Amino acid sequence: MIIDTDVVTLSRLQFALTALYHFLFVPLTLGLVWMLAIMESVYVMTGREVWKRMVQFWGVLFGINFAMGVATGVTMEFQFGMNWAYYSHYVGDVFGAPLAIEGMMAFFLEATLVGVFFMGWDRISRIKHLLVTWFLALGTSLSALWILIANAWMQHPVGAAFNPQTMRMEVTSFSEVFFNPVAQDKFVHTVSAGYVMGAMFVLSISAWYLLRGRNVDFAKRSMTVAASFGLAAALSVVVLGDASGYTVSLNQKMKMASIEAMWHTEPAPASFTLFGIPDVQQRTTHFAVKIPWVMGLIGTHSIDETMPGIAELVDAAKGRIGNGIQAYDAMLMLRQDKDNAQAKATLAAHDQDLGYALLLKKYVDDPRQATPADIQQAADSTIPNVSVLFWAFRIMVGCGFYFIALFAFSFWKASTRQLDSQRWYLRLALWSLPLPWVAIELGWIVAEYGRQPWAIEGVLPTALGVSSVSAGQVLTSLGGFVLFYTALAIVDVMLMRKFIRKGPDGLGIWPSIDPSTATGH
Amino acid sequence: MLDYATLRVIWWALLGTLLIGFAIMDGFDFGVAGLLKVLGRDNEERLVLLEGIEPTWEGNQVWFILAGGATFAAWPMLYAVSFSGMYLAIALVLLAFILRPVGFNFRGKIHDPRWASLWDWILTGSGFVVMLVAGVAFGNLFLGVPFQFDGDLRMSWHGGFFELLHPFALLCGLVSLSMLLAHGACWAGLKADHVIAARAVRIARWMTLLYAVLYVLAGVWVAYGLPGYAIAGPVVTDGASNPLYKQVAVGGSWFASYMQYPWFWSAPLLALVSAVGVQALIGRRSVAGFIASSLMVGSTIASAGFALFPFLLPSSLDPRSSLTVWDASSSHGTLQLMLIVTAVLLPIVMIYTSWVYRVMRGRVTLEQVRKAHGGGY
Repeated sequence: MIIDTDVVTLSRLQFALTALYHFLFVPLTLGLVWMLAIMESVYVMTGREVWKRMVQFWGVLFGINFAMGVATGVTMEFQFGMNWAYYSHYVGDVFGAPLAIEGMMAFFLEATLVGVFFMGWDRISRIKHLLVTWFLALGTSLSALWILIANAWMQHPVGAAFNPQTMRMEVTSFSEVFFNPVAQDKFVHTVSAGYVMGAMFVLSISAWYLLRGRNVDFAKRSMTVAASFGLAAALSVVVLGDASGYTVSLNQKMKMASIEAMWHTEPAPASFTLFGIPDVQQRTTHFAVKIPWVMGLIGTHSIDETMPGIAELVDAAKGRIGNGIQAYDAMLMLRQDKDNAQAKATLAAHDQDLGYALLLKKYVDDPRQATPADIQQAADSTIPNVSVLFWAFRIMVGCGFYFIALFAFSFWKASTRQLDSQRWYLRLALWSLPLPWVAIELGWIVAEYGRQPWAIEGVLPTALGVSSVSAGQVLTSLGGFVLFYTALAIVDVMLMRKFIRKGPDGLGIWPSIDPSTATGH
Repeated sequence: MLDYATLRVIWWALLGTLLIGFAIMDGFDFGVAGLLKVLGRDNEERLVLLEGIEPTWEGNQVWFILAGGATFAAWPMLYAVSFSGMYLAIALVLLAFILRPVGFNFRGKIHDPRWASLWDWILTGSGFVVMLVAGVAFGNLFLGVPFQFDGDLRMSWHGGFFELLHPFALLCGLVSLSMLLAHGACWAGLKADHVIAARAVRIARWMTLLYAVLYVLAGVWVAYGLPGYAIAGPVVTDGASNPLYKQVAVGGSWFASYMQYPWFWSAPLLALVSAVGVQALIGRRSVAGFIASSLMVGSTIASAGFALFPFLLPSSLDPRSSLTVWDASSSHGTLQLMLIVTAVLLPIVMIYTSWVYRVMRGRVTLEQVRKAHGGGY
């Protein structure tokens, strides 16, 4: 059956928009909740009331953000079935498991405890409440772990094999799926990015209070927590980002070459293009400013291994398409006669390349009928959008280094007790607020847009994963999302602004914040 | 290692358990939300109702998320066909699920009666949408839905949103609605200030009565008005998960499985006995009344699942494509691993969930709300 390209385009657009939108809230939850846990630990250890107030004030902002994260997260789980039905069928045996485990191990924990976190202050002891907050934090990070195990399998599908009888990928080794090296790097990189965001959020808003001379003690304490937590997180995000880059270059060579706009294989160790204008038509990079050796070091952690360029990878893809066609032919024979020994042997030899034959389905109904021109087209389609990846990556990395510098400076200022001594620093901290969002959204683009044309790298092309729905239906839901998500974004920002402006001083309406009732417990 | 057929039956039962868990746990949240404007006559009364579900609704909703995730993992075809086939209906439910978390959180954040009223209507509306669509979807399982597979097992669906609104499916929607409104009213009877609880008891009685009548009516319709599906020829219970390997006969009775396994009758029987139990208990012992309504909800869903067995999603367009317990599951290894994971984690979930309910126990009174909100929203 021929896939409707409008449905593919609209489904991809909808997925990207809803995922990017969801990803505005989740990393902040990930980071903020650990800051709450730290603050509450200090409260329980020292008994100082201000730390409890800090938990409650930042908790309000956390709550607004958490609700948005939950609301937009449901969409992600529905969407695989709604818009990516063939994907769900084709890889559900593998991909569904980590999602279900996420629900049982992590989301249940956070969703069940969040109510007690907000409403249980007067119902349970200090220690118990602290435990609730820690488990809430643990739940959010565990949630990220399982989601990234699922995502890592899309980038690097290990521990599974194609079954011609059921026409899908089936698990051969769960330990390979769960201990996927890509998952480990991605997990630490992504949660660290979330921690940076949480730290920046607290740092910037506290800086705003100090600029206004409001809530001074409160803001300084918050900034101190943010600076130390943020520095550790920013270092971790860059170091682990490097590890992530290394696993990408091992497993997704085309993504790496595109990030680098490395059109041809260079002698090892390859140089890093600091700046340049990638030209997709000419397959060259204009005005390239190169730093020798750096790319080879990042990508291979060695000085003598070469990294393949885009042109060489396209040639390799052509070879794999050829093998894939043989696997496809064997698969069809097995459908007629499941005991055909020769077909079994052919499929076993080439099933790693079956996905490459499926790339042809965009151009011909039956990959076995593909012309050399079709094969060339399919091989060329394995190149992702080089310009977007090139720039997204560079801006993201630039932000990462900036975060290290800013948090290191903040840490120094906090340690020497001069956080409010220079207004330019406070302004800098305030205006840095949007940068973690920029970096994180670009990180998603590098990882997921860079995976194209694959839904599952080398296994299932994105275009084949769609549902058999009409373009009109997808357009309806897409329009609905744009409308509702915009409205929700407006309300979210409005409420955040309102509560930040009110501040801890303006929110004295909370009985538990009232000093007269707060000391006893 | 358990054999494939046994694991499939266990996962069929677990799917039912998760759906029942969702209907019992989140069902009363939806019921209370649906009755918000009826039971709560002013803002303070509505706050009492909302605070009765607020600390726990979010955890309850995870039953639904988990049912979705477990379907993805254990019954990937069921997940793919139902979610993409009923596209706009599912989108509508999704919208309701998006608006609930923000509704609960945002409602009290601005002190303005219009703002509060807007979110009250949104919460009420999202409650109604989910309760109705869930029932309509279940009704369509008995009617069969229009899909088929090609050789690649790519599914195509030949119908739109309005085809789902068959009179029988609408009847099932009303069964679901009355059942969950009764269940929600039972929760309010247990949790809300006595003034509101008294109102809730009356509504629970009427809704249970309505439910019982509609439920029996639906059963009669299934018995006399709808053709049942059956696997024709030898039933392979441990074969590869490919629906196209079997043949299906249409025209028998959905009650065939009840004849084959007479203990299945316990489910509809329990549903009706529980409905009587709600009537008898709700006024005097609110906890017992709520347990009765929970049993009513659970056994109603079980009775539908039993009738469909071994079918999960029958196809009216191409009966051979129908999804059954024997040919729509994940691989043997995945079912095995997920069973172990579930056996370890689900009890832990239940332990901390019970702890949270214990911490948050007790009636929410008007006095408490007045004190906490001081006339605010």
